[in-house]
Amino acid sequence: MSKFLKSTTILAALSLAAAPAMAQKLGLGRTALPEEIAAWNGDISPDGTGLPIGQGDAIEGEEIFATKCAACHGDFAEGIGNWPKLAGGKDTLNHEDPLKTVGSYWPYLSTAFDYIQRSMPYGDAGTLGDDETYAILAYILYSNDLIEDDFVLSNETFLDVAMPNADGFIVDNRAETEYAHWRSEPCMENCKAAPVKVTMRAMVLDVTPQEEAAAVPAPEVEAVVAEPVQEAAATPEPEVPQVVAASFDAELAAQGEKVFRKCKACHQVGEGAKNRTGPILTGIVDKAAGTVDGFKYSKPMQQAGADGLIWSQDALAAFLAKPKSYMKGTKMSFAGLKSEDDQLAVIEYLKSFAD
Amino acid sequence: MTHKPSRRQFLRNTVAAGAAITVAGKADAQSPDPLITEVQPWAQSFGDGVDETPYGLPISYENDVIRRNVEWLTADTVSSINFTPIHALDGTITPQGCAFERHHSGAIDLKKEDYRLMINGLVDTPLVFTYADLERFPRENHVYFCECAANSGMEWAGAQLNGAQFTHGMIHNMEYTGVPLRTLLEEAGLDTAGDLKDKWVFVEGADASSNGRSIPMEKALDDVLVAFKANGEALRKEHGYPVRLVVPGWEGNMWIKWIRRIEVMDAAVQAREETSKYTDTLADGVSRKWTWEMDAKSVVTSPSPQSPITHGTGPLVITGLAWSGRGAITRVDVSKDGGMTWETARLAKAGEKMALTRFYLDTDWDGSEMMLQSRAMDDTGYVQPTKTQLREVRGLNSIYHNNGIQTWLVRANGEAENVEVS
Repeated sequence: MSKFLKSTTILAALSLAAAPAMAQKLGLGRTALPEEIAAWNGDISPDGTGLPIGQGDAIEGEEIFATKCAACHGDFAEGIGNWPKLAGGKDTLNHEDPLKTVGSYWPYLSTAFDYIQRSMPYGDAGTLGDDETYAILAYILYSNDLIEDDFVLSNETFLDVAMPNADGFIVDNRAETEYAHWRSEPCMENCKAAPVKVTMRAMVLDVTPQEEAAAVPAPEVEAVVAEPVQEAAATPEPEVPQVVAASFDAELAAQGEKVFRKCKACHQVGEGAKNRTGPILTGIVDKAAGTVDGFKYSKPMQQAGADGLIWSQDALAAFLAKPKSYMKGTKMSFAGLKSEDDQLAVIEYLKSFAD
Repeated sequence: MTHKPSRRQFLRNTVAAGAAITVAGKADAQSPDPLITEVQPWAQSFGDGVDETPYGLPISYENDVIRRNVEWLTADTVSSINFTPIHALDGTITPQGCAFERHHSGAIDLKKEDYRLMINGLVDTPLVFTYADLERFPRENHVYFCECAANSGMEWAGAQLNGAQFTHGMIHNMEYTGVPLRTLLEEAGLDTAGDLKDKWVFVEGADASSNGRSIPMEKALDDVLVAFKANGEALRKEHGYPVRLVVPGWEGNMWIKWIRRIEVMDAAVQAREETSKYTDTLADGVSRKWTWEMDAKSVVTSPSPQSPITHGTGPLVITGLAWSGRGAITRVDVSKDGGMTWETARLAKAGEKMALTRFYLDTDWDGSEMMLQSRAMDDTGYVQPTKTQLREVRGLNSIYHNNGIQTWLVRANGEAENVEVS
């Protein structure tokens, strides 16, 4: 490394003519205040530097995990669908398809604390308290059979946890294992045994995305609107589809489709939609609160539905404006849609998906 | 929902259309070409006035030249990647509007006015810069490629995705304007850090993932840029507007977007993106870490599965891209027979360090099947390996840093497919 530094310095000296001369400081910027540094300087190092004072155990963690993490990572940290699996995979790293989890792969526990507190929960990053993070991490460790359920994870016990794959990493050794062999003058003729044969074809797998109709601006909103209207005749309660047909504003819905990107991380809507972090939103407008099949609602949301809350346009707008104020205890971690236009647009978009 | 034509249909249509064009465009056409003999509407009346599009987009006929996503790869588009349509581009500069995106929690809206960059840790004076401050430092211009470490990662176990966009499109190449990171670190002062050779900088973004990474001080002081313009204009939101880090030749994950903090440290943080991700697991289960440099690599962009030959036999331009994270491309060879014999291609310009190089092989196609390959060499003497060579050293589970030689099987009808060969 020092060799590299020396050559860099020489290079820098040589290239002074091309680069702007930097003789002295320019006095730009201002001194960062301690409070500012404290607010952003959250990184945690393998030796525990940066860890906040706090603690939590797996039993506390299980409850928090169920509310804030399980929608993607599963109740047992086993992962749902394509979302990351956080537990399992012991001794699989040399297998054909290794399962890399916090337990089987991550070399440092600090990495998990740093990442959870920095980037999780997905869509609501940076909101976990220190004790909550310790508790969640304890639950993940417990799910990996790395600690007992009475182990209290804290800034003091942090380094007591042994990570199974701590010694599983080597620093990049391509220079020794590869470069030395791949620097010879390349072959130009008769380079391999004839005849050259095709050994594998991508078309056999057929996993390439189909060519999209990019040339045609997708009339998606219109197409979806057509469905509920058609279904209206067969539906025993025609009120809802009629409302959709009568008061529907396709242009506003198209704006709403853009706003809905903020919701998409957790919610699906339309044909083939599934419950994810949040419930399916197909037919949500004018539906009773807390009644989507198969979704585990918070207690307050279940209660509100039982008490007769209907997701009318006004109720939805109020909820979307500030979810947590509107319904204390909701699982929806979204901060809210400040703009009234955005609220109306996204509701209009949701209207285009009737049950 | 509208019916989406399958890719094969698309190819057939393209080939059919190509055939028609060929006939009409032949010099020995039997009947006069009405496009020449009849006055066309565009030759008679007006086109658009100057203010029709204050900021222009490509003409509608080019609207298939777009970024594309492979949906099954990730759980959610907010933490996902899409691919540059390299099969349809030429030259080396990637237009921002179709340059691949990779986000860990979506492309955020961050105004210049709300932008702050902090430098803290082992510096003499921790500093906060505004966007306006950054524009007052002496700045530089450099063209660099940015390649995701996972580019071609889906191909480790074998040919999987059918198109250069999907196999090699996690790359773009832009001209950046920015301030050397060295300048900003020196403004904060590095005397406190002492001996610099074992020091690091930890860099993080302002988005919800923040994507922290550790970079050794040697690199930080060498050529890393804090960039705010690309290809002459402001960065696009999806590439980190208003300010991103440019780490020449090194994996794209380190090019922190919306960069908000740089901390001088005496060790690597070992953050999530440098331990659990962006590490390369070998066959024995041991993983390489800190595999930052992107090795020399190349790919034929046309003909390729999404860019079939539509003109029949005769003159054919075979073209592609080559690059190396360790220096400049010095030579590219092309094989039409799956690596049995090679011809040296023409470089459009001499290779530049850590930037894309365009190559051409101007050839006469006799209509026979080809197994097209390209092989890049850089100024360290490194020769791009075959996929077999890579697998012999690394196994199949590396995920990242697959720079093996790509093969396109081009059939007599001009269609091409991603294959592997003996």
